[in-house]
Amino acid sequence: MSHETYYVPAQSRWPIFASIALFLLAYGAGTLINGLKTQTGDTGLLLLLAGAFMMSLILIGWFRHVINEGMDGKFSPQADLSFRWGMSWFIFSEIMFFVAFFGALFYVRTLAVPWLGGEGEKGVSNMLWQGFEAQWPLLTTPDMEQFPGARAVIDPWHLPLINTAILISSSFTITLAHHALKAERRSAIILWHGLTVVLGVIFLFFQASEYIEAYQELGLTLESGIYGATFFILTGFHGLHVTLGTLMLIIIWIRVLKGHFTPDSHFGYEAVAWYWHFVDVVWVGLFLFVYVF
Amino acid sequence: MNTITKVEHTEHHGPAAGISRWFYTTNHKDIGTLYLWFSFAMFLTGGCMALMIRAELFQPGLQLIQPDFFNQMTTMHGLIMVFGAVMPAFVGLANWMLPMMVGAPDMALPRMNNWSFWILPFAFAMMLSTLFMDGGAPNFGWTFYAPLSTTYAPPSVTYFIFAVHMMGISSIMGAINIIATILNMRAPGMTMMKLPLFVWTWLITAFLLIAVMPVLAGVVTMMLMDIHFGTSFFNAAGGGDPVLFQHVFWFFGHPEVYIMILPAFGIVSEIIPTFARKRLFGYSSMVYATSSIAFLSFIVWAHHMFTVGLPLMGELFFMYATMLIAVPTGVKVFNWVATMFRGSMTFETPMLFAIAFVVLFTIGGFSGLMLAIAPADFQYHDTYFVVAHFHYVLVPGAVFAIMAGVYYWLPKWTGHYYPETMGKVHFWCSFVGVNLTFFPMHFIGLAGMPRRIPDYALQFADFNMIASIGAFIFGFSQLIFLVLIIKTIRGGSPATSEVWDEPTGLEWTVPSPAPYHTFTTPPEVK
Ligand code: HEM
Ligand SMILES: [Cu+2]
Repeated sequence: MSHETYYVPAQSRWPIFASIALFLLAYGAGTLINGLKTQTGDTGLLLLLAGAFMMSLILIGWFRHVINEGMDGKFSPQADLSFRWGMSWFIFSEIMFFVAFFGALFYVRTLAVPWLGGEGEKGVSNMLWQGFEAQWPLLTTPDMEQFPGARAVIDPWHLPLINTAILISSSFTITLAHHALKAERRSAIILWHGLTVVLGVIFLFFQASEYIEAYQELGLTLESGIYGATFFILTGFHGLHVTLGTLMLIIIWIRVLKGHFTPDSHFGYEAVAWYWHFVDVVWVGLFLFVYVF
Repeated sequence: MNTITKVEHTEHHGPAAGISRWFYTTNHKDIGTLYLWFSFAMFLTGGCMALMIRAELFQPGLQLIQPDFFNQMTTMHGLIMVFGAVMPAFVGLANWMLPMMVGAPDMALPRMNNWSFWILPFAFAMMLSTLFMDGGAPNFGWTFYAPLSTTYAPPSVTYFIFAVHMMGISSIMGAINIIATILNMRAPGMTMMKLPLFVWTWLITAFLLIAVMPVLAGVVTMMLMDIHFGTSFFNAAGGGDPVLFQHVFWFFGHPEVYIMILPAFGIVSEIIPTFARKRLFGYSSMVYATSSIAFLSFIVWAHHMFTVGLPLMGELFFMYATMLIAVPTGVKVFNWVATMFRGSMTFETPMLFAIAFVVLFTIGGFSGLMLAIAPADFQYHDTYFVVAHFHYVLVPGAVFAIMAGVYYWLPKWTGHYYPETMGKVHFWCSFVGVNLTFFPMHFIGLAGMPRRIPDYALQFADFNMIASIGAFIFGFSQLIFLVLIIKTIRGGSPATSEVWDEPTGLEWTVPSPAPYHTFTTPPEVK
């Protein structure tokens, strides 16, 4: 490992403008959301869009800058390792984000709802809603007027099962693509990687149609009580991550086509693959604990 | 590599001229300075809020501010001190010192480092702007329990949520950078068990940050959904549970308090050996104690919730797990005392702050142990006793350690010794002020005065008055600190590379002030 050549970039304008963009995004989102009920969120929407636009430009520019540095050979193996540590810990932080929601789900299912139904030492909370019966999925909420429970929940053995198969196979196809990259088999990598992208898009399509079914046919909505709340926050954030992952897959595919990677130097590719495996593993957890059990 | 020449070029110029240096910098020393000044500004801002609180509490009855504004002040004070003052100060010290301590040319990801910092001023601008919004700033306490922070919150809570998200992004990126630096940028020969303790404690702190900041993001996201999108996470009417909020929050919150104290342990472990002129007693036990504290911090969160009606097994588990933390903490205190034992000690300002840390932090640890006794906590919970506890661990704990660190490394940063007498005056004023403020809170807390209340029963009047006087003494003493820092930056007797009497560590092998770039070629560590 050569320590002498660690690349310390010169001054950079990207970060501070990225902070401004983030501020616009956040302030805009706050104003927009606060104005939702009164229809006064227009300035918010404007700020949000400005922030989003600025952020996209910055991310494109910043990544292009780093990619060019990489192609100029500025990153020593040690710098490469810094990126690897960075990406790994970033994925760990993402896992912890999901842990919060899974934790909420487990707590509600195994403790809060049974207690609300009169079970255990905390059974007194049943006095508030006498006659409420604990069940999971929770279709009859304590206050059906404020939170009308869903008529039914998604059947795990149709779309979700197919989606599980899709995501798991996409983990295999991206691994095949990675192997092809290392063996310099260009057409194979284009094929397998392209297949991964297609699988990701199909997954998202099914997920969207599932949401439509939930809202239009099952009455399973954000407002349908704690089952809907946990269902949508978990699948929703997962879906957002798949969207981001698919975007990353597409961009990295373009980079493959442009010949940016060599068999022994393709960290960018591996980072995307790691991320994809991560959304895959989260899905398996979702499938088991949100849909099946 | 064939690019050495290019790299050399970028690495050997000094700082850029003009103000843009601070906006665009990728230099760990610049960024450390930015963090430290930002933290100090927030410390004074949050301090003014604390003084407003103490002014109102000077006497019973409502004199100066309305209850709702009082609640906004306690909330903003807590949030600003935790996220704006203490955490950024430690990150600033890490930025300045870690690369020098491990013999690295800079942080592992310098541009991201700049981004981590510059998010903060924007996040806090947003947070502070809530003070001027309709309905006022968040008024639900720094712990923002639902349903106070959901059903009954002012509209500004939405901005609060997004500000927390921004701080989280900043902290996570900062922590990733620190871990990558420590794991990947050590000079040859700098093995893990040779790392200075400040580096070790920061490694573990960074791990805690990456583990729990996303959980904080999760809990505020659930709040946002409950407030605006009709979910019922924290609403029993839909099958949710307000107590769920507390579980998720404290799963973040307890590790968070260790995030604010572990780097302090590290600083004190650097300072005491230098001024006792002895090696640190029990280096490896310090490392293991820090690691076990970090591990335990994940399984004690419900000690903040003894009174919510946990099942008996829960109360017992969290009570004993919490008490277990006292063991590694005791190991640390023992090691500091053993380091001083029969050392040839001198009492320069950093050492004064460090010794005060050991004594006063221990008082806070003991009150923590009292609070950990579940049946006793039924009495103590939500009283001023809790306020006394956490202020003892945070002010003469975390904040004193930060000040100790600043005095210790200031000559290295500026190239000048600070005026010693002035430093001592600052120390003694702070010491007296802190104890006057927080010690009486133990008594009024045990006597039953609730926290977060703008008015109180007459029997608490005397101690409250003492506390308020102490608070003003402490607050105004910090101006001495400000003047001292500015004076030291401007001039003073020139510091040697070693600064102190044979301190250990790579940072003392480079000149004072430390050149803009240090260790562009890594040193060999024997
Ligand atoms: C021996 C170690 C410690 C023990 C056993 C301990 C125990 C406790 C307990 C049981 C409570 C809850 C009291 C209640 O609300 O009724 C508490 C509150 C608190 N502790 Fe500690 N603690 C320890 C160390 C620390 C440290 C090192 C810090 C921070 C640097 C800290 C910061 C806090 C804070 C901020 C709160 C109050 C949070 C709030 O309700 O606003 N503690 N501690
Ligand atoms: Cu705690």
